[in-house]
Amino acid sequence: MVKLAVTGAHYGLRDWLVQRITAALMAVYLVLLATILIASPPHDYAAWRMLFSGQWFRIASFLFFVSLFWHAWIGMRNILMDYIHSTGTRLLMQILVILALLFYAVWSVDILWR
Amino acid sequence: MRFSIYRYDPDKDDKPYMQDYDIALEPSDRMLLDALVRIKSVDDSLSLRRSCREGVCGSDAMNINGRNGLACTTPVSGLREPVELRPLPGLPVIRDLIVDMTQFFKQYHSIKPYLINNDPPPETERLQSPAERAELDGAYECILCACCTTACPSFWWNPDKFVGPAGLLQAYRFLADSRDQASAERLDNLEDPYRLFRCHSIMNCVDACPKGLNPTNAIGKIKDMMVKRTV
Repeated sequence: MVKLAVTGAHYGLRDWLVQRITAALMAVYLVLLATILIASPPHDYAAWRMLFSGQWFRIASFLFFVSLFWHAWIGMRNILMDYIHSTGTRLLMQILVILALLFYAVWSVDILWR
Repeated sequence: MRFSIYRYDPDKDDKPYMQDYDIALEPSDRMLLDALVRIKSVDDSLSLRRSCREGVCGSDAMNINGRNGLACTTPVSGLREPVELRPLPGLPVIRDLIVDMTQFFKQYHSIKPYLINNDPPPETERLQSPAERAELDGAYECILCACCTTACPSFWWNPDKFVGPAGLLQAYRFLADSRDQASAERLDNLEDPYRLFRCHSIMNCVDACPKGLNPTNAIGKIKDMMVKRTV
Protein backbone atom coordinates (compact mmCIF):
# COMPACT_ATOMS: atom_id res chain seq x y z
CA MET A 1 0.00 0.00 0.00
CA VAL A 2 1.26 3.48 -0.83
CA LYS A 3 1.91 5.52 2.30
CA LEU A 4 -0.32 8.57 2.07
CA ALA A 5 -0.28 11.51 4.45
CA VAL A 6 -3.82 11.68 5.77
CA THR A 7 -4.89 14.96 7.35
CA GLY A 8 -8.16 16.83 7.83
CA ALA A 9 -9.30 15.59 11.24
CA HIS A 10 -11.17 18.90 11.71
CA TYR A 11 -10.23 19.36 15.30
CA GLY A 12 -7.33 21.16 16.86
CA LEU A 13 -8.78 24.54 17.72
CA ARG A 14 -10.73 23.19 20.71
CA ASP A 15 -7.66 21.56 22.24
CA TRP A 16 -5.54 24.62 21.56
CA LEU A 17 -8.15 26.81 23.33
CA VAL A 18 -8.55 24.34 26.21
CA GLN A 19 -4.78 24.34 26.74
CA ARG A 20 -4.82 28.13 27.11
CA ILE A 21 -7.92 28.24 29.35
CA THR A 22 -6.64 25.50 31.67
CA ALA A 23 -3.29 27.32 31.89
CA ALA A 24 -5.11 30.51 32.95
CA LEU A 25 -7.18 28.60 35.55
CA MET A 26 -4.04 27.01 37.01
CA ALA A 27 -2.32 30.39 37.17
CA VAL A 28 -5.28 31.91 39.06
CA TYR A 29 -5.35 29.01 41.54
CA LEU A 30 -1.60 29.15 42.13
CA VAL A 31 -1.69 32.91 42.81
CA LEU A 32 -4.60 32.32 45.19
CA LEU A 33 -2.79 29.50 46.96
CA ALA A 34 0.44 31.50 47.22
CA THR A 35 -1.46 34.46 48.69
CA ILE A 36 -3.10 32.25 51.33
CA LEU A 37 0.17 30.50 52.21
CA ILE A 38 2.04 33.81 52.54
CA ALA A 39 -0.77 35.53 54.49
CA SER A 40 -1.19 32.71 57.04
CA PRO A 41 1.41 29.99 56.63
CA PRO A 42 0.17 26.70 58.12
CA HIS A 43 2.83 25.49 60.56
CA ASP A 44 1.63 22.01 61.40
CA TYR A 45 -0.42 19.14 60.05
CA ALA A 46 -3.58 20.33 61.77
CA ALA A 47 -3.29 23.74 60.09
CA TRP A 48 -2.87 22.11 56.66
CA ARG A 49 -5.96 19.95 57.41
CA MET A 50 -7.86 23.10 58.39
CA LEU A 51 -6.89 24.80 55.14
CA PHE A 52 -8.17 21.92 53.04
CA SER A 53 -11.30 21.31 55.13
CA GLY A 54 -13.25 24.15 53.46
CA GLN A 55 -15.56 22.79 50.75
CA TRP A 56 -14.80 25.71 48.39
CA PHE A 57 -11.10 25.26 48.75
CA ARG A 58 -11.47 21.57 47.94
CA ILE A 59 -13.54 22.38 44.85
CA ALA A 60 -11.00 24.99 43.70
CA SER A 61 -8.18 22.49 44.24
CA PHE A 62 -10.09 19.84 42.34
CA LEU A 63 -10.64 22.29 39.45
CA PHE A 64 -6.91 22.93 39.49
CA PHE A 65 -6.15 19.23 39.23
CA VAL A 66 -8.68 18.69 36.45
CA SER A 67 -7.10 21.61 34.56
CA LEU A 68 -3.66 20.16 35.16
CA PHE A 69 -4.59 16.71 33.85
CA TRP A 70 -6.50 18.05 30.84
CA HIS A 71 -3.58 20.38 30.03
CA ALA A 72 -1.14 17.50 30.44
CA TRP A 73 -3.20 15.29 28.12
CA ILE A 74 -3.05 17.86 25.30
CA GLY A 75 0.66 18.45 25.85
CA MET A 76 1.47 14.74 26.03
CA ARG A 77 -0.52 14.07 22.86
CA ASN A 78 1.34 16.90 21.11
CA ILE A 79 4.65 15.32 22.07
CA LEU A 80 3.48 11.88 20.91
CA MET A 81 2.23 13.31 17.59
CA ASP A 82 5.59 14.98 17.04
CA TYR A 83 7.85 12.06 17.88
CA ILE A 84 5.97 8.72 17.64
CA HIS A 85 5.12 8.15 14.00
CA SER A 86 3.77 4.60 14.08
CA THR A 87 -0.01 4.92 14.47
CA GLY A 88 -0.35 1.75 16.55
CA THR A 89 2.40 2.69 19.01
CA ARG A 90 1.05 6.24 19.26
CA LEU A 91 -2.47 5.02 20.04
CA LEU A 92 -1.13 2.63 22.69
CA MET A 93 0.93 5.41 24.32
CA GLN A 94 -2.05 7.77 24.22
CA ILE A 95 -4.24 5.18 25.93
CA LEU A 96 -1.58 4.72 28.63
CA VAL A 97 -1.39 8.50 29.17
CA ILE A 98 -5.21 8.75 29.43
CA LEU A 99 -5.36 5.85 31.91
CA ALA A 100 -2.59 7.38 34.03
CA LEU A 101 -4.24 10.81 34.07
CA LEU A 102 -7.67 9.33 34.90
CA PHE A 103 -6.05 7.42 37.74
CA TYR A 104 -4.46 10.64 39.02
CA ALA A 105 -7.82 12.44 38.81
CA VAL A 106 -9.57 9.78 40.89
CA TRP A 107 -6.64 9.76 43.30
CA SER A 108 -6.82 13.55 43.74
CA VAL A 109 -10.54 13.26 44.62
CA ASP A 110 -9.65 10.59 47.15
CA ILE A 111 -6.95 12.81 48.70
CA LEU A 112 -9.05 15.98 48.79
CA TRP A 113 -12.21 14.41 50.26
CA ARG A 114 -10.61 11.76 52.47
CA MET B 1 38.91 33.36 4.23
CA ARG B 2 38.30 29.85 5.54
CA PHE B 3 35.19 27.84 4.68
CA SER B 4 33.96 24.38 5.61
CA ILE B 5 31.34 23.27 3.10
CA TYR B 6 29.03 20.25 3.07
CA ARG B 7 29.77 18.10 0.04
CA TYR B 8 27.70 15.18 -1.21
CA ASP B 9 27.41 13.77 -4.69
CA PRO B 10 25.16 10.68 -4.46
CA ASP B 11 26.71 9.29 -7.68
CA LYS B 12 30.22 9.26 -6.22
CA ASP B 13 30.09 9.59 -2.43
CA ASP B 14 28.97 6.95 0.06
CA LYS B 15 28.12 9.61 2.59
CA PRO B 16 28.35 13.40 2.98
CA TYR B 17 31.58 15.03 4.18
CA MET B 18 32.80 18.54 4.98
CA GLN B 19 35.39 20.04 2.63
CA ASP B 20 37.66 22.88 3.72
CA TYR B 21 38.48 25.80 1.46
CA ASP B 22 40.92 28.66 2.06
CA ILE B 23 40.14 31.37 -0.45
CA ALA B 24 41.59 34.85 -0.92
CA LEU B 25 38.66 37.19 -1.42
CA GLU B 26 38.71 40.32 -3.61
CA PRO B 27 37.53 43.62 -2.11
CA SER B 28 34.42 43.36 -4.29
CA ASP B 29 33.45 40.06 -2.64
CA ARG B 30 31.17 41.53 -0.01
CA MET B 31 28.42 38.94 0.31
CA LEU B 32 28.66 35.22 1.03
CA LEU B 33 27.38 34.46 -2.47
CA ASP B 34 30.32 36.41 -3.97
CA ALA B 35 32.66 34.22 -1.92
CA LEU B 36 30.87 31.06 -3.09
CA VAL B 37 31.19 32.16 -6.72
CA ARG B 38 34.89 32.77 -6.02
CA ILE B 39 35.18 29.22 -4.58
CA LYS B 40 33.33 27.82 -7.60
CA SER B 41 35.91 29.44 -9.91
CA VAL B 42 38.53 27.29 -8.15
CA ASP B 43 36.44 24.13 -7.63
CA ASP B 44 33.66 23.94 -10.21
CA SER B 45 32.33 20.67 -8.76
CA LEU B 46 30.69 22.60 -5.89
CA SER B 47 26.94 22.81 -6.57
CA LEU B 48 24.54 25.47 -5.36
CA ARG B 49 21.44 27.28 -6.57
CA ARG B 50 21.53 31.01 -7.23
CA SER B 51 19.86 33.45 -9.52
CA CYS B 52 19.08 37.09 -8.72
CA ARG B 53 21.95 37.58 -6.21
CA GLU B 54 19.97 40.29 -4.37
CA GLY B 55 17.57 38.49 -2.03
CA VAL B 56 14.54 38.45 -4.30
CA CYS B 57 14.48 35.01 -5.90
CA GLY B 58 15.16 32.94 -2.77
CA SER B 59 17.34 30.38 -4.60
CA ASP B 60 20.50 30.49 -2.48
CA ALA B 61 19.01 29.69 0.92
CA MET B 62 21.40 27.59 3.00
CA ASN B 63 22.48 26.90 6.54
CA ILE B 64 25.21 29.42 7.37
CA ASN B 65 27.11 28.79 10.61
CA GLY B 66 24.10 26.91 11.94
CA ARG B 67 21.49 29.44 10.92
CA ASN B 68 19.34 29.49 7.77
CA GLY B 69 19.77 32.50 5.50
CA LEU B 70 20.35 33.73 1.98
CA ALA B 71 23.99 33.68 0.84
CA CYS B 72 23.43 36.76 -1.33
CA THR B 73 22.24 39.00 1.52
CA THR B 74 24.70 37.75 4.17
CA PRO B 75 27.81 39.96 4.41
CA VAL B 76 31.04 37.95 4.72
CA SER B 77 32.44 40.52 7.15
CA GLY B 78 30.18 39.37 9.98
CA LEU B 79 30.84 35.64 9.64
CA ARG B 80 32.82 33.56 12.14
CA GLU B 81 35.60 31.49 10.51
CA PRO B 82 35.70 28.82 9.30
CA VAL B 83 32.32 29.58 7.77
CA GLU B 84 30.33 26.35 7.98
CA LEU B 85 27.91 25.96 5.09
CA ARG B 86 25.35 23.18 4.94
CA PRO B 87 22.20 22.58 2.87
CA LEU B 88 18.86 23.60 4.40
CA PRO B 89 18.02 21.08 7.15
CA GLY B 90 15.05 18.74 6.99
CA LEU B 91 14.90 18.32 3.20
CA PRO B 92 16.53 15.58 1.08
CA VAL B 93 19.91 16.62 -0.38
CA ILE B 94 20.21 16.36 -4.16
CA ARG B 95 23.84 17.42 -4.27
CA ASP B 96 26.10 19.61 -2.08
CA LEU B 97 24.05 22.68 -1.07
CA ILE B 98 21.06 21.83 -3.31
CA VAL B 99 18.00 20.33 -1.60
CA ASP B 100 14.85 18.76 -2.97
CA MET B 101 12.09 21.32 -2.29
CA THR B 102 9.20 19.09 -3.49
CA GLN B 103 7.73 18.63 0.00
CA PHE B 104 7.98 22.35 0.72
CA PHE B 105 6.09 23.33 -2.44
CA LYS B 106 3.56 20.53 -1.93
CA GLN B 107 2.62 22.13 1.38
CA TYR B 108 2.60 25.58 -0.23
CA HIS B 109 0.21 24.43 -2.96
CA SER B 110 -2.05 22.72 -0.41
CA ILE B 111 -3.20 26.08 0.97
CA LYS B 112 -4.34 27.25 -2.51
CA PRO B 113 -1.99 30.22 -2.82
CA TYR B 114 -4.16 32.23 -5.20
CA LEU B 115 -7.16 34.54 -4.98
CA ILE B 116 -10.51 32.75 -5.01
CA ASN B 117 -13.35 35.02 -6.09
CA ASN B 118 -16.40 33.71 -7.89
CA ASP B 119 -17.86 37.09 -8.88
CA PRO B 120 -17.60 37.95 -12.57
CA PRO B 121 -14.36 39.90 -13.16
CA PRO B 122 -15.07 43.64 -13.05
CA GLU B 123 -14.22 46.07 -15.89
CA THR B 124 -11.26 47.41 -13.90
CA GLU B 125 -9.37 46.08 -10.88
CA ARG B 126 -10.98 44.64 -7.75
CA LEU B 127 -10.49 47.64 -5.51
CA GLN B 128 -9.34 47.62 -1.89
CA SER B 129 -9.36 50.40 0.69
CA PRO B 130 -5.91 51.48 1.92
CA ALA B 131 -6.69 49.79 5.25
CA GLU B 132 -7.62 46.52 3.53
CA ARG B 133 -4.42 46.68 1.48
CA ALA B 134 -2.37 47.40 4.60
CA GLU B 135 -3.56 44.09 6.09
CA LEU B 136 -1.46 42.28 3.46
CA ASP B 137 1.78 44.01 4.48
CA GLY B 138 4.15 41.52 6.06
CA ALA B 139 2.29 38.65 4.41
CA TYR B 140 2.83 39.10 0.68
CA GLU B 141 6.60 39.75 0.68
CA CYS B 142 7.55 36.07 1.15
CA ILE B 143 9.99 34.83 -1.52
CA LEU B 144 9.54 31.11 -0.69
CA CYS B 145 13.22 30.52 0.05
CA ALA B 146 12.23 27.91 2.71
CA CYS B 147 14.60 29.33 5.36
CA CYS B 148 11.74 29.45 7.89
CA THR B 149 10.07 26.12 7.16
CA THR B 150 13.36 24.18 7.25
CA ALA B 151 14.27 25.86 10.57
CA CYS B 152 11.04 24.55 12.14
CA PRO B 153 11.26 21.33 14.21
CA SER B 154 7.54 20.71 13.69
CA PHE B 155 8.25 20.56 9.94
CA TRP B 156 11.25 18.29 10.53
CA TRP B 157 9.09 15.79 12.46
CA ASN B 158 5.99 15.96 10.22
CA PRO B 159 6.96 17.43 6.82
CA ASP B 160 4.18 15.52 5.08
CA LYS B 161 1.43 16.78 7.40
CA PHE B 162 2.42 20.15 8.86
CA VAL B 163 2.05 23.02 6.37
CA GLY B 164 5.04 24.88 7.81
CA PRO B 165 5.53 28.59 8.49
CA ALA B 166 6.00 29.66 4.84
CA GLY B 167 2.79 27.94 3.74
CA LEU B 168 0.85 29.23 6.75
CA LEU B 169 2.05 32.80 6.17
CA GLN B 170 0.73 32.52 2.61
CA ALA B 171 -2.51 30.97 3.92
CA TYR B 172 -2.95 34.08 6.05
CA ARG B 173 -2.05 36.32 3.11
CA PHE B 174 -5.18 35.03 1.29
CA LEU B 175 -7.37 34.79 4.40
CA ALA B 176 -6.59 38.46 5.04
CA ASP B 177 -7.33 39.54 1.48
CA SER B 178 -10.62 41.49 1.28
CA ARG B 179 -11.08 40.29 -2.32
CA ASP B 180 -10.91 36.60 -1.43
CA GLN B 181 -14.21 34.73 -0.92
CA ALA B 182 -12.97 31.36 0.30
CA SER B 183 -12.04 32.12 3.90
CA ALA B 184 -14.42 29.47 5.29
CA GLU B 185 -12.90 26.75 3.09
CA ARG B 186 -9.40 27.99 3.86
CA LEU B 187 -10.06 27.80 7.63
CA ASP B 188 -11.67 24.34 7.23
CA ASN B 189 -8.56 23.22 5.36
CA LEU B 190 -6.35 24.28 8.25
CA GLU B 191 -8.58 23.14 11.15
CA ASP B 192 -6.44 20.12 11.78
CA PRO B 193 -4.17 18.97 14.60
CA TYR B 194 -1.33 18.48 12.11
CA ARG B 195 -1.70 21.07 9.33
CA LEU B 196 -1.88 24.15 11.59
CA PHE B 197 -1.71 23.09 15.22
CA ARG B 198 1.73 21.43 15.06
CA CYS B 199 2.95 25.02 15.43
CA HIS B 200 3.97 25.52 19.08
CA SER B 201 5.08 29.13 18.51
CA ILE B 202 8.79 28.62 19.13
CA MET B 203 9.49 31.35 16.53
CA ASN B 204 12.47 29.74 14.77
CA CYS B 205 10.75 30.93 11.58
CA VAL B 206 10.87 34.57 12.69
CA ASP B 207 14.53 34.19 13.61
CA ALA B 208 15.40 32.66 10.23
CA CYS B 209 13.38 34.82 7.80
CA PRO B 210 15.82 36.82 5.64
CA LYS B 211 13.01 39.20 4.70
CA GLY B 212 12.20 40.05 8.32
CA LEU B 213 8.69 38.58 8.16
CA ASN B 214 6.78 37.10 11.09
CA PRO B 215 5.04 33.79 10.25
CA THR B 216 4.31 33.14 13.96
CA ASN B 217 2.23 36.31 14.08
CA ALA B 218 0.33 35.24 10.94
CA ILE B 219 -0.30 31.79 12.46
CA GLY B 220 -1.63 33.52 15.59
CA LYS B 221 -4.00 35.56 13.43
CA ILE B 222 -5.27 32.40 11.71
CA LYS B 223 -5.97 30.90 15.15
CA ASP B 224 -7.74 34.14 16.12
CA MET B 225 -9.97 33.85 13.04
CA MET B 226 -10.81 30.26 14.01
CA VAL B 227 -11.64 31.31 17.56
CA LYS B 228 -13.87 34.13 16.27
CA ARG B 229 -15.88 31.88 14.02
CA THR B 230 -16.24 29.16 16.67
CA VAL B 231 -16.79 31.00 19.94
